[in-house]
Amino acid sequence: MNSIDEVQAALARQDYICGRALATVLFLALRLDRPLFLEGEAGTGKTEIAKAVAASLGRRLIRLQCYEGLDAASAVYEWNFAAQMVAIRQAEAIGKAPPDLFGDDFLIARPLLQAMRPDDAGPPVLLIDEIDRTDAPFEAFLLEALSDYQVTIPETGTVTAPAPPIVILTSNRTREVHDALKRRCLYHWVDYPDHAREMQILAARAPEAAESLSCEVVAFVQRLRSEDLFKRPGVAETIDWAKCLLALDMIELSPAVIADTLGALLKYQDDIQKLQGSSAKRILDEVRAELAT
Amino acid sequence: MAQPPLDLPQNPKLAGNIAHFAAALRRAGLSAGPDRLILATRAVEVAGFTDREDFAHTLEAVFVRRPEERATFRQLFRLYWRDPRHLEHMMGLLTPTIRDVQEARPPKPAEKRAAEALLDRPPAEPQGEAPSEELHIDASATASGRERLRTLDFEQMSTAEIAEAKRMLACLRLPVRPLPTRRLQAATSGRVDRRATLRSAMRRGDLHELRYASRGIRWPNLVALCDISGSMSSYSRALLHFLHAVANRQGPGWAEVHAFTFGTRLTNITRHLRRRDVDAALAAAGAEAQDWEGGTRIGDALHVFNRDWSRRVLGQGAVVLLVTDGLDRGDPENLSRAARRLHLTARRVIWLNPLLRWDGFAPRAAGIRALLPHVDCLRAGHSIAALEGVADALSRPGDEGELQRLRG
Repeated sequence: MNSIDEVQAALARQDYICGRALATVLFLALRLDRPLFLEGEAGTGKTEIAKAVAASLGRRLIRLQCYEGLDAASAVYEWNFAAQMVAIRQAEAIGKAPPDLFGDDFLIARPLLQAMRPDDAGPPVLLIDEIDRTDAPFEAFLLEALSDYQVTIPETGTVTAPAPPIVILTSNRTREVHDALKRRCLYHWVDYPDHAREMQILAARAPEAAESLSCEVVAFVQRLRSEDLFKRPGVAETIDWAKCLLALDMIELSPAVIADTLGALLKYQDDIQKLQGSSAKRILDEVRAELAT
Repeated sequence: MAQPPLDLPQNPKLAGNIAHFAAALRRAGLSAGPDRLILATRAVEVAGFTDREDFAHTLEAVFVRRPEERATFRQLFRLYWRDPRHLEHMMGLLTPTIRDVQEARPPKPAEKRAAEALLDRPPAEPQGEAPSEELHIDASATASGRERLRTLDFEQMSTAEIAEAKRMLACLRLPVRPLPTRRLQAATSGRVDRRATLRSAMRRGDLHELRYASRGIRWPNLVALCDISGSMSSYSRALLHFLHAVANRQGPGWAEVHAFTFGTRLTNITRHLRRRDVDAALAAAGAEAQDWEGGTRIGDALHVFNRDWSRRVLGQGAVVLLVTDGLDRGDPENLSRAARRLHLTARRVIWLNPLLRWDGFAPRAAGIRALLPHVDCLRAGHSIAALEGVADALSRPGDEGELQRLRG
């Protein structure tokens, strides 16, 4: 991928429609071998980017899902202790020396180690998802791993990546990630798409939806995002909702059908309650009036 | 990967301009250190310098690290790259413009506001009537004086008594029960840590001993929402003193202490509480929150907190300390809804209400009735002794304070 346009086009072939800003950052991350730090509300397609990049480059996608308490053993490597014990017992039983207990046979490579290992297709895409869920010690550990692209296994030595993997970190910003980690990365805030782009996304992801329905759906969701909600619907919710409406054989929105399918869009009872009754109809009328002009 | 021909070395002026731009960003409060500058120059090399929009995206990816910084960056970019020759002129103009844009972005504007606020009005030092000083100094120096001070209402304290009370508040503890974590830690008993056991066996040559690991513990976060409206002023200042002491205590305790003040609007003063000196911290917090001793709209404040902050600070089982008298001027329905949402997201909501110090207190105000069903514990918090009671409440999981009595 030699230019920003090429990045945009390659992602579009994977049905990932992205804006110029995101394409620029991705291009830079690929060129400068820098990790890419993506932050944004849930459902704006941060995780999807990694999948699209991996698919368009033909690389392997390695995903490290973060959670509180994630430690080096589950992120980098682990010895298969049970197998080691069995090997020792077997060797004892037949009276021979045990095999090399710290060889590759007994090593369980977890995502970070997998990403550092050479790959025939080229350096893999390492997705470190929802980094804001881990705790500070793991963040600090990651800092080290991402600055040198190497991990050390005390028993066998250091594994250094032949070429740096493409690293994409995502965060929902449920808490602030430490500046030291952000400093290593290129940063991009993934925003909700505008009307035109969301139409393109819907056309790519739910192609069976009629143009008129998609237009109403997108306009309604866009309008909903400006309402005072506890959790605003993301792009993923738009796609889900369009698919729900298709499954119900709807060709246009109506207050009744919105009330029935609101669960696909809004995930908090407070928000759903707010939209029930006359609110949905009011918004729908406003959206229709806007579309008509 | 084949590098495209670089068009930058031929254009040393551009590199210089980026450096100046970085300096401008720094002045506007973004962190644009030398490492960023080098990265920016490389990024522009790689992306080329053909399209103005791409150029903006490239620099944004390098210099921006927080969503709040984007507005500042864009404004600055627009001003700066319009005509970089007028740099000196721009630098003069820049700062006020930026301040307009980034109302929400704290450090620099806050300092400016702090200066304004300090000139305008003396900071958060409560000025009591201070009747006869010597007598009170005498009294507070003795043990019985301290004992009296413990139960004295913050509102009735003289300046000298407040000074003594502050010292006592600084020693007060707010003990909390730790939470179990998923992270395993080496321990003397628990489940067998096969990894450590085998590793020690390899080191010694035979299986000498079993190693154990067990679940560790972690400390929860404390989130304080402190009403600073007129009716609350003497209590909220004492409370903030207390919070400052809690936030800056070394050793086991709360993992993080977040503090917000509200009157007519919500202000995050967490950063100011981290200052070592308590007076400096409270002065900065007081300057940041512009609504000291104004009216109260609790419902709106809680709503804003729920929308903008609850997911970020209540994520890991935080305890909420709500300090307010509950005298709300807003819509009770609104308040009830916001309080319910807060109650759902917090591990525990503890309400400190100084009105409880009166024996005949009954929840008649609409705001108080709206809040009552959505808290786990209600206590007075009007004196040092009452704050010690709060400490008790935290160490007993089921403690409800006076909630039972008031709910009837």
